[in-house]
Amino acid sequence: MELIIGFISGLIFSIGLIISQMIDPQKLIGFLDILGNWDYSLAFVLGGAVGFNLITFRFIQKRKSLIGKDLCLPTNKAIDNKLLLGSVLFGIGWGLVGVCPGPALVNLVTLKSEIFILMGSILIGMFGFNLFEKKRA
Amino acid sequence: MIEWQMPLLGGLLIGLSSSILLWGIGRISGISGIVGTVITTGTKENGWRYAWLAGLVVGAVVFLKTKPELFTHEFNFSTPKLIIAGLLIGFGTRLGSGCTSGHGVCGLARLSLRSFVSVLTFMAAGMVTVYMARIL
Repeated sequence: MELIIGFISGLIFSIGLIISQMIDPQKLIGFLDILGNWDYSLAFVLGGAVGFNLITFRFIQKRKSLIGKDLCLPTNKAIDNKLLLGSVLFGIGWGLVGVCPGPALVNLVTLKSEIFILMGSILIGMFGFNLFEKKRA
Repeated sequence: MIEWQMPLLGGLLIGLSSSILLWGIGRISGISGIVGTVITTGTKENGWRYAWLAGLVVGAVVFLKTKPELFTHEFNFSTPKLIIAGLLIGFGTRLGSGCTSGHGVCGLARLSLRSFVSVLTFMAAGMVTVYMARIL
């Protein structure tokens, strides 16, 4: 059951990213270019998604999940240097190539070599973070 | 006139997707978390994560075959730029515990102050980066 729900959720997420043009890096860079020729159309993507969830999450968060387990929600509330520095680094990478992790994954199906170089580097960055965490621990 | 209909529809679908995951199995759809967890841990718990990623890729393949015009965008960046951006995205999303999906789509809807700060920060950093790239 978990697998079916996971698959359907991933499938719908993919369709949402594709039809909204979130997967087009030039479109995304245009969205971030507020001091230039700003293309704010992608604001409707985040607006639509957050607006939808603002309503549904209120209902969902009062319940257990359909499979009977408690919801697994983040408990960390700290606004610390890790959060800020991580967000800054991610934002710079996002601004450089115009894709965040979801659109990067979707773009893999175009089989362009550039997207594989990017995705490989994202994975190495994630591995690197794990090493960094282990060293600090 | 800016094109807003498809972005809005796409956004609503993304909302629907994350609501299904939260209500169905009680999980947050945070893509950097899903990817980062499956590549660094090997637990049974990862089943739904693989299923979710499979759904994402299957959706992409189906659209590529049936509506190839949605994939005509260019993806031309130099190799050094791709590597630097990739490392920053990979390391940064794990350090900051989330990206556009986890902090953005889900965190903002949960009214998490932490996510609100993260989204404002990565958007600002992205905007500054695009501006610098244009003037340099």
